Amino acid sequence: MFRTLTVALILGFGSTALTALPLAAQDGPLRIEITDGVVEPMAIAIADFHGDSEAAQQIRRVVADDLTGTGLFREIPSEAMIAQPDSFAAAVAYEDWRAVNAQALVTAEVTRSGEEISVKFRLFDVFAGQPLGDGMQFDARAGDWRRAAHKIADQIYSRLTGEQPYFDSRIAFVQETGPKDARIKRIGVMDYDGQNIRWMTDSSSLVLAPHFSPDGRQLLYTSFDSGFPQIRAMDVATVTSRPLTQGGDSMAFSPRFSPDGRWIVYSLEQGGNTDIWLMDAATGAQRPLAQSPAIETSPSFSPDGKRVVFESDRSGTPQLYIMPVTGGEPTRISFGEGRYGTPAWSPKGDMIAFTKRLGDKFHIGVMRTDGSDEKILTESFLDEGPTWAPNGRVVMFTRVTPGGNGEPRLHSVDITGRNMRPLKLDFAASDPSWGPLLR
Amino acid sequence: MKPCLAPLIAAACLAGLAACAPPPQQQAPVVDPYANMGSGALYQGGLPGGALGGEASAEYFRAQVGDTVQFAAEQTTLSAEARATLSRQAQWLNRHADFNAVVQGHAEETGTREYNLALGARRASAVQEYLIAQGVPASRIRTLSFGKERPAAVCSDEACYAQNRRVVTVVTPAGPGT
Repeated sequence: MFRTLTVALILGFGSTALTALPLAAQDGPLRIEITDGVVEPMAIAIADFHGDSEAAQQIRRVVADDLTGTGLFREIPSEAMIAQPDSFAAAVAYEDWRAVNAQALVTAEVTRSGEEISVKFRLFDVFAGQPLGDGMQFDARAGDWRRAAHKIADQIYSRLTGEQPYFDSRIAFVQETGPKDARIKRIGVMDYDGQNIRWMTDSSSLVLAPHFSPDGRQLLYTSFDSGFPQIRAMDVATVTSRPLTQGGDSMAFSPRFSPDGRWIVYSLEQGGNTDIWLMDAATGAQRPLAQSPAIETSPSFSPDGKRVVFESDRSGTPQLYIMPVTGGEPTRISFGEGRYGTPAWSPKGDMIAFTKRLGDKFHIGVMRTDGSDEKILTESFLDEGPTWAPNGRVVMFTRVTPGGNGEPRLHSVDITGRNMRPLKLDFAASDPSWGPLLR
Repeated sequence: MKPCLAPLIAAACLAGLAACAPPPQQQAPVVDPYANMGSGALYQGGLPGGALGGEASAEYFRAQVGDTVQFAAEQTTLSAEARATLSRQAQWLNRHADFNAVVQGHAEETGTREYNLALGARRASAVQEYLIAQGVPASRIRTLSFGKERPAAVCSDEACYAQNRRVVTVVTPAGPGT
């Protein structure tokens, strides 16, 4: 049986209208479990894609890069393959794939008519000798071929790991150029793998820390364009922004949306003291949430929208606290050695990622929401600001190298602590914000 | 790093050197700026007059009065040296009522971006309070924090961090309507 999924192509960045398709029952025997133990990557054979040769090769490469980039899959080299299928419809010669120790096999066909491309793919469990889930077809505008590739890789990843997918998603970030003491910063949005960069701001004013809205259509960020740090909202599709806070004698920064998009939680500084405030995104009405004579900043909503985790130095050093969004007394959750900051609540709701400073090193780590099971994932001179992949399996963060020529780069790591890797970009970048899975 | 000027400050200097050690002690965000002030006692040296386009200029303020005060790691307390500089700033601002000031707080790079914005704001506020206590009208002083975004020195060791944990007072002639 074949299912067709139309990737309604996005002309503008961010405005998407993709028909969601329920996955077929996929209780196949082949599955890679993502656990803390050492994992032998699953050997996956991606047969040459049939059809329009240039597009087929490009799409195949992106699918392969998505899968191997997780560290969970090992690609069987084409040279090792005994025989390629004669056609997409041909019966699979399982023996040939078993002989090269492929555990899973992907076959696909790309057809192009005018400005439309269509990609069909199938996934097979080689040793069981049977398909793994239904075949699927993605239709897309030719310019969106990368999205079609990410959609296919997402299907394969999801069927083989049992996890939600994340490849067809975007990341907002800050590009950094110029010398360290006069840095020029610009907000951009790109595919999760660093491709298709769109610039959201020019270089005329200092901008910091963009954060996606839950639907991926807006960015909240901090801008110095008035001369003083204030919060602005950017419409990603039209690349137009508007101020959410006004100057006066206070500074506003560190904004994040609530999961339903109705609220914005942020830091407001008044008379030198920084507290956490809530803003009604529709009316702009503002009220304090967490107040003390200490610094309160870097708030993040729980995915059910009922609680907020934030950073406060009310104990003498920066630590993590959780409180109900309706108000009340914050509960401290970080008790390990060192200083904790920039908490980010996982989209699954079970974990909080954070920045930790201990001795002269910085770390990215994760802990349960009650502070237990703290796990340190990284270590360097300066790691900062984790953001979660939409499926809660991977975090991306900023790693800064030391010295006068030091610069930030984006890295990602699996929450098991494996597969640390830099994002391939040909410029320095910081402050990643991982947007939602696109529809 | 500049020499420590008093036992009180020696502790802060130590804390500065041990930038990554556990926090020295829990402490109120901003210590009473008027305690042990000794304003003027640490006034250092005469001011060469007539240089840099006259006394009533931003250049004179920066080069001769001293526009920058530094802080110990993670601290917002004003040292004796800082208070001496700020007393000179206040005297100058009180002599030149036609200038306004923007007090810009900064932090070193070893801290998270958002926390450092808040820390810089706290430092700027400590300076603003001191200037107000020295008679400068609050209406003439605005505060701003750059966090770790605009370091004065770019190396990644204490020599630079000490220079970056600072508040810079920028004076500008008050124009019509300001």
